[in-house]
Amino acid sequence: MPDTPAIQTTGLGRSYAGRPVLTDLDLRVDAGTVHGLLGPNGAGKTTAVRILATLLAPHTGSARVAGHDVVREPEAVRRHLGLVGQHAALDEVLGGRENLVLFARLSRMSPRRARARADELLERFDLTEAADRPVSTYSGGMRRRLDLAAGLVLDPPVLLLDEPTTGLDPAGRREVWHAVRALVAAGTAVLLTSQYLEEVDQLAGAVTVLDGGRVVAAGTPDALKSSVGLDRLDVVVHDERDLDRAVAVLDALGTGTEADPPTRRVTTTVTDRTAALTGALHGLAGVEVDDLGLRRPTLDEVFFHLTTEGSRR
Amino acid sequence: MTWALRDAWTVTLRDLQHWRRQPAGPLIGLAFPVLLLLMFGFLLGGAISVPGGDYLAFLFPGMLVLAMVFGLEETMTAVQQDAARGVTDRFRTLPMSRWAVVGGRAGADLLSSTLGLVVLLAGGLVVGWRWQGGALAALAAVGLLLLLRVAALWVGVWLGLALRGPGTVVAVQILVWPFAFLSNAFVPAQSMPGWLATVAELNPMAATVTATRDLFGTPGAVDATWASEHALLLAVAWPVLLTAVFATAAARRYARLGR
Repeated sequence: MPDTPAIQTTGLGRSYAGRPVLTDLDLRVDAGTVHGLLGPNGAGKTTAVRILATLLAPHTGSARVAGHDVVREPEAVRRHLGLVGQHAALDEVLGGRENLVLFARLSRMSPRRARARADELLERFDLTEAADRPVSTYSGGMRRRLDLAAGLVLDPPVLLLDEPTTGLDPAGRREVWHAVRALVAAGTAVLLTSQYLEEVDQLAGAVTVLDGGRVVAAGTPDALKSSVGLDRLDVVVHDERDLDRAVAVLDALGTGTEADPPTRRVTTTVTDRTAALTGALHGLAGVEVDDLGLRRPTLDEVFFHLTTEGSRR
Repeated sequence: MTWALRDAWTVTLRDLQHWRRQPAGPLIGLAFPVLLLLMFGFLLGGAISVPGGDYLAFLFPGMLVLAMVFGLEETMTAVQQDAARGVTDRFRTLPMSRWAVVGGRAGADLLSSTLGLVVLLAGGLVVGWRWQGGALAALAAVGLLLLLRVAALWVGVWLGLALRGPGTVVAVQILVWPFAFLSNAFVPAQSMPGWLATVAELNPMAATVTATRDLFGTPGAVDATWASEHALLLAVAWPVLLTAVFATAAARRYARLGR
């Protein structure tokens, strides 16, 4: 069924003690893509993941994973899904291999297949050497890798990653990204929540931004960046005496113009990229310019822009 | 059903692997009731007078029962740790039998308690305890003890799901003691003030203590009170009632994890 979305939710909602924590979430994730779920703490990201993982029942709307309804066919959903949660869900006393064999056996593999699968995953995540040491002796990065391996025991077509790199050092984060990219290239659909916006920017082709349980924006990272209209126009003049003129020119093109005399840099926020660039070139004719550029906002800026708007609502 | 049993056995095996990896905890768990038997039997026992006159014979069934009740701490700790570490959630996302999570826990804990009974019985025999009744009656006593352990299992599962935080296990470990002392395990209930004696006799532990004493042929096991005379009935009824109540409550707790 190539047309069945890996994940599809319609009007998904959930409340705790009468307080809505997730409202009206529509989501579609296809095979071989990464969908990022962004939002501050308490935005409803983990709630959405837990509903998709059949750990929590939705109060409104519906959700399907690999074509199976999470409420009516939870067993079928569990056969198609791997979950890597915020905290490594591992048996600390057992070794890495024992953990993987346990989860493989409980996923109904024969003892022989379970052992083979465990060895395969240990090899793939570079844990063979530590396979028989208790997990309590593992580093944070090793635990994450083992947790990821545990989520992949059944080679699921759908993978839910709930803040998979929280608490990892940059090297550990890169390892996880590398593994995720390889999975996606092989056709896995990934729903990724993260508090590292850079991570979503790196991995996800589409993003949904949640705030207070509601979707405040959705689209590709690029579209989001443009939609917020937060492009920055930067000019660095060669001669400090031209600074005032540059300020005047940029101030006419954008808002919040700032000058930094030591670096001879003038920055302004613009909405129309093309008009701003042409206007700057025209207005600064005859001025010696060291650098002139339009900078897309970082996803961080977009995120804070969107979520503070959300809180003002 | 066969898958449910196979899954449960897999979860039980996981606990056996724990014993192999960290034998210290289980070994202390096995040794502790033996140590208590020695302490009460030989350090305190000389000053305690009981009907029939033989304190070791009187005390020993009480220690067996206490070892079963201690089991609920073991169950509670395991259930709580799995919930806190996300292992329970991991199980809940696997295409395994739901029942097997608790079923496997029950298997492991009953195995460990059976082993505990064997060790304690061996310890009793070493220090001179003998059963006076028939072998069949002795086996029936062991059956009653394991039945009580089943009840303790469900209380433990419920406590493990209902109470969060590392302090709660310690609280339960402490509260087990007044609960155990407010029974006929260490001294005859009739040696207590009137109303306390009644409370002690109605302690679910007490029925199993009296019934096992009786089945082991301990002299002076049965008092002339209703609870004491119907000890065998109560020793079956209490665990069955506790199991019914706490298994239902635990199942509801477990289901509520997803609601």
